[in-house]
Amino acid sequence: MSTTSTQIGVGRAESRPTPARRSFWTSRRRDHLAGYLFITPQLLGTAAFVLIPLVLVVWYSLHEWNVLAGTFTYVGGENYQSLLDDRNLPAVLRATALFSVGLVTVNLSLALLLAVLLHQRLRGTMLFRTLFFSPVVVSLVAWTIVWGFLLQDNGGINAMLRLVGIDGPNWLRGEGTAMWSVIVVQVFKNVGLNMVLFLAALQGVPSEIYEAAEVDGAGRWRQFWRLTVPLISPTILLTSIITVIGSLQVFAQIAVLTQGGPGTATTVLVYYFYQQAFQFHHFGYGATLSLLLFVIVGALTFLQWRMRRRWVFHES
Amino acid sequence: MSRSLSPRAKVVLYGVLMVLAIPFVFPTWWMVTSSFKPVSEIFAYPPALWPSSPRLEAYQRVFELQPFERQYFNSLYIALVVTIGTMAVASLSGYAFARIRFRGQNVLFLVVLAGLLIPSEVTIVPLFQIFFRFDLIDTHWPLILVPIFGAPSVLATFIMRQFFISLPVELEEAARVDGLGRFATFWRIVLPLSRPALGAVAIFTFLHSWNLYLEPIVYLSTPEKFTLPQALTQFTDAYGGPMWNVQLAAASLTAVPVLIVFVLAQRQFIEGLAHTGLKG
Repeated sequence: MSTTSTQIGVGRAESRPTPARRSFWTSRRRDHLAGYLFITPQLLGTAAFVLIPLVLVVWYSLHEWNVLAGTFTYVGGENYQSLLDDRNLPAVLRATALFSVGLVTVNLSLALLLAVLLHQRLRGTMLFRTLFFSPVVVSLVAWTIVWGFLLQDNGGINAMLRLVGIDGPNWLRGEGTAMWSVIVVQVFKNVGLNMVLFLAALQGVPSEIYEAAEVDGAGRWRQFWRLTVPLISPTILLTSIITVIGSLQVFAQIAVLTQGGPGTATTVLVYYFYQQAFQFHHFGYGATLSLLLFVIVGALTFLQWRMRRRWVFHES
Repeated sequence: MSRSLSPRAKVVLYGVLMVLAIPFVFPTWWMVTSSFKPVSEIFAYPPALWPSSPRLEAYQRVFELQPFERQYFNSLYIALVVTIGTMAVASLSGYAFARIRFRGQNVLFLVVLAGLLIPSEVTIVPLFQIFFRFDLIDTHWPLILVPIFGAPSVLATFIMRQFFISLPVELEEAARVDGLGRFATFWRIVLPLSRPALGAVAIFTFLHSWNLYLEPIVYLSTPEKFTLPQALTQFTDAYGGPMWNVQLAAASLTAVPVLIVFVLAQRQFIEGLAHTGLKG
């Protein structure tokens, strides 16, 4: 950073007596310098790979840019107008919302269920914890390929359904089933992470509270909803933020399983952006779409953060 | 919640847990066993849980159809370089933000944290353009430089900072009284105490790099330079249909070594990843 040297030069008038070494490099100045040197790699990286690209992406969104033809012309707000006129976009946003809402709902409920089951006093829960967690470390594309195979029309899942006399659909090709297939594949891949977070939260709830509730005659179900859920609400909020943001970035699963199909049933925003920018080479419009993603992620994070006052019992 | 259960409740609970475990365990099992089956048997009905006559043909084909050993090496060395680089960058700046007082510290910390909020998809078009200018498309540089210095390392910095704040400061003060400079204090006193945090950072950084998919398919176009996730999708026959047994063999080669390390060090994996709240 160019500011580094000047800021150190300015320094701060020493408020305490100068240390033993009477040179310009007082320990405070040395510390300032050390601080700047320590953060220099990260700061340069942030400038080069985060901040400058962020400015550029806004700049690109104001241009019509065809890589193949080599044209780059200023068009003002035209890309934003195309965004409004894009006949695919409503379907894309619907698919994105469906995926996110479906994923978060299924993921968090299953994670909570698994955590509650593993929180019981029972031998062997560690083994099950390992099993439920194991897909997290399996390569994402490998996991998706295996499920893609299992979900084929003549694949493993339908074969097993046939054993019990059910004629399963072609999961990845059906309008109604494709999206839910992708959601389920993704839930099993990563639900272990949220499960472990919930488990840690459950273990942090003091057991005396339940004893008191028991004395008051509250049943287990009531205890769960009235005591456990409020007490672990900070964790529910945290996991929901992480899961929502992650869900908006789903790409490999779509690319491998459905390529956005059938039709546009599973074309979520990131996949649509990839198609526009890197398959159709509309970099300008692609930049605009990626800004839309940025705005959505930012708005959701902000919203969830604001909501914490409303329904989070206490802040850790 | 954790009250003792009646024997009957225990049996029910075990049953529920075992049924629930199926979708988590079965795909991995299926992947490995099917990679030893001929294609005809993969789609056989009724489905077989075990290959009737195991064969290694698919594994041979993996290496014939693509420079798979080269691709394996690519993924491995990129992930290792990124992991070591991220640990260095993140622990240095995490330490500075946690312990050293300097002007503009808070503002600079917020600027760095902004990286957490920006999905990598948002910056990939300009990044592609920047690397294109420097003639680095179809090289591994974008896959190495961006994770180490860009947004992905910010989470690591944040974790390291939180960890350093939790360390008692007395040791460092003593070291400094003894005349150790900032870097020596950091290197000799603080880092050896930071193994848990460094371990967590190492695990999630390695997995993140190992799993990266969008970036490789955007930046790389030569099969010799591909990484594993990208290579896995390339096993198709002349009509573009997937060659299932070859694909499953390649997927097994990608997934099983990591799974073995996970089983050996599961406590570090689970706690490390849970603390970082990685989305994968």
